[in-house]
Amino acid sequence: MDAAVESVRVERATKASRVFAVLAALALAALISLPWWGDAGDMRLIAEMAYYVALAQLWNLLAGYAGLVSVGQQAYVGLGGYMLFYLTGVWNMNVYAAALIAGPFAGLVAIPVSFAVFRLRGAYFAIGTWVVSEVFALLASLIAVLGAGSGLSLTVPILQEISTHRDTRDAILYLMTLGASLFVTGIVYLLLRSRHGLALTAIRDSEPASASLGVNTFGTKFIIYIATATCTGLIGALIFLQKLRISPEAGFSINDWTVVVIFMVVIGGIGTIEGPFIGMLIFIFLREWLADYGTYYLILLGLIAIVIMLKAPSGIWGWVIQRYDLQLFPVGRRLVLRPLEKAAKR
Amino acid sequence: MQWINILVQGSLLGGFYALFAIGLSMSFGIMRLVNIAHGDFIVLSAYVGMIAVDATGLNPFLSLIIVMPAMFLLGYALQRGLLNFTLSGGLLPPLLVTFGISVIIQNGLLQGFGAYDHRLKEGAIETASLHLPGGFDVGVFPLLVFAVAVASIGSLQVLFYWTRLGRAFRAVSDDADTAELMGIDNRKLYAVAFGIAMVFTAIAGILFGIRTIFDPAAGPIRLILAFEAVIIGGLGSLWGTLIGGMVLGIAQEIGAALNPNWQILAGHVAFLALLIMRPSGLFPRTRD
Amino acid sequence: MTLLLRTRDLSAFYGDFQALFAINVDIEEGETVAVIGANGAGKTTFLRTIAGALPTAPQAVLFAGQPIGGKTAHDIVRLGIAMVPEGRRLFPSLTVEENLLLGTHSERKGPWSLKRVYELFPRLRELRHLPAPSLSGGQQQMAAIGRALMSNPRLLLCDELSLGLAPVVIRDIYQCLGAITAEGTTAVLVEQDINRALDASARFYCFQEGRLALTAPTKNFDRAALTAAYFGL
Repeated sequence: MDAAVESVRVERATKASRVFAVLAALALAALISLPWWGDAGDMRLIAEMAYYVALAQLWNLLAGYAGLVSVGQQAYVGLGGYMLFYLTGVWNMNVYAAALIAGPFAGLVAIPVSFAVFRLRGAYFAIGTWVVSEVFALLASLIAVLGAGSGLSLTVPILQEISTHRDTRDAILYLMTLGASLFVTGIVYLLLRSRHGLALTAIRDSEPASASLGVNTFGTKFIIYIATATCTGLIGALIFLQKLRISPEAGFSINDWTVVVIFMVVIGGIGTIEGPFIGMLIFIFLREWLADYGTYYLILLGLIAIVIMLKAPSGIWGWVIQRYDLQLFPVGRRLVLRPLEKAAKR
Repeated sequence: MQWINILVQGSLLGGFYALFAIGLSMSFGIMRLVNIAHGDFIVLSAYVGMIAVDATGLNPFLSLIIVMPAMFLLGYALQRGLLNFTLSGGLLPPLLVTFGISVIIQNGLLQGFGAYDHRLKEGAIETASLHLPGGFDVGVFPLLVFAVAVASIGSLQVLFYWTRLGRAFRAVSDDADTAELMGIDNRKLYAVAFGIAMVFTAIAGILFGIRTIFDPAAGPIRLILAFEAVIIGGLGSLWGTLIGGMVLGIAQEIGAALNPNWQILAGHVAFLALLIMRPSGLFPRTRD
Repeated sequence: MTLLLRTRDLSAFYGDFQALFAINVDIEEGETVAVIGANGAGKTTFLRTIAGALPTAPQAVLFAGQPIGGKTAHDIVRLGIAMVPEGRRLFPSLTVEENLLLGTHSERKGPWSLKRVYELFPRLRELRHLPAPSLSGGQQQMAAIGRALMSNPRLLLCDELSLGLAPVVIRDIYQCLGAITAEGTTAVLVEQDINRALDASARFYCFQEGRLALTAPTKNFDRAALTAAYFGL
């Protein structure tokens, strides 16, 4: 150890992260109270932002931390959505119970899927996950009780179970989505702060090296994959609870539930918790701004993602970190070395 | 007799999938590029063919005179100006950039041509069929597609094993750094390779446009089918890709014989099963 | 004698790690020069930087008076610098002859042809249609040298020619190298086998931890000084 260093500490929180925590709490309070001061359109938009953030966090966890570059997460969005419609419509299950079961169901399905796709590496893994999702979509379009090709709709009685008043129902659905998104972001955050988070960072940096240091790479990846599928299924159930209709194309859409999500993560900053928020805001902004011009916003989003990938591969937030050493969600550990002379001045 | 028919029809269908897959197989084999936009390039070729047919009144087959060089230039420019920059940073950059291209092509076509179905009209050949002894019919067009696939792979084989350019392709595929030290300009070579891959994509696109209707969203499923053919066959082996396509086609025909709705599903299931049993395909050549 | 290769304050980096520090080397046309040093001294990095595989400042490397630092590897081959890489690095899916022909992609005219290479290494002619990996280590080394010669280099960079080869094979290889340099090709030999390298060359540079520690003619040099430079004593 260098003699000029007096004290060494490992810190997580930074000044910026403490300020941010206060601001975030205020913003959260505003969002929670939205049903009392905003209209249905605001709630729909914020709910959409919330579930996109959740999907982006989950993909980021998979690809940015665990190195599992899946392009088949729409499989679990669709599964979650279909499970909700099936349980409520066919089994007459309570809608809240169905939403809660949808997530674990997706996680359960992910177990045998992982046995298959985990045999694959890199690009093979990516394509394998996509094919699995296509299989689910085709199965959904063949199964009569799932409405086959035309899909399912939520019936009025099911909606009235939530509330007979439309405004109240909108508010409840909004708060559920917001809560689920917070829950997912919280899980990702806690996971990254945990021992698993450290293991993940090690695996991402070098899988053979971390395996030789005793990190259980397969086990860690497996847990992440299943946890991600579970959360994705829950979010999927809530997405289609808002949309009221599901079909094989909508439920298992790679463009809606994976491609734009990947763009958000890459634009915002892969491997950071802040990145998905920024990427989502850019996506929503482009879409609303270019709302009158068809799908040009997707072309623009694609262009931005390409430019970021090539010019600033760590994304907008990665650039901010490099430039200002700012971290709002303190997942990392910082070694604080206080030089002797500075310590002496104090 | 029904089984022979399934084998024949499935094999012919496999020729179609192999044709889809040639461009993909080349770009993966030579520069390890996973081109997610490949299916969209097939569809784009069909649209370029449609524009050429509308503008010149040419027969769709002859439109290849325009579509092939156009796609070569597009491929060369994309590799030189964009894709070359994705090749040094792991899996994500090429994946994301080609996803971006895919979204741009799909939505560009959607904005330019609408979501309607289109088709390249060729006339009698689309429905003509040959009566074979044993009492089953073989479509002339599927037979033609299969012949084109075999001829394409054969011509690439000649290119790879009998020409200076092909030797450079194989060397770069083996060891890009050493090839550069021997005087090969990898970036330029990659651009030529992607250009040539796009020529075969153009052929696939025109035949696809004659065979079925197409719309801006038709690309991704073609990409998956092409991937399945490549991976079943084993990366980097073009004849393997043809066999892979045929395995896929036969699996689909078996599925379709059981229930017409199971065709694509049966292909995916066969692919996943084979992938789990033999992750490196039936005839692997490329080392990654 | 004209100066063929000159490096001035040549530095090289792997990411943040500096592998070479201000190397100054002068090599005359027609010379055979050895570069020796312990493992990790920067010998291979030195060759790779000259060959353009690692970036450096333009003026750091002058070849025949031209600044070539930072040019791409394929451009540098075209100017007349060829590399026999460490571990041979033949292309496994190419035949022996195809490997040799790959050397012609630099499009340099000169005395070397398939015929001349086969005269130098007659064994390769018999093996020419075999895939490169089926050759023995010594035969592969011959093919790797032949491949470099096919680009008609003025300067031949040889990285660890003796690596993994039997002594009798090493002797043959160095004999052939003597025949090549006798015709006027300049050569830089990187070797761990110090005696072998010193026997084959007129002058040596000794590297130590990325820095130049000693340079001297190979005749009548001070062994003690070399030992000190080599081990950093």
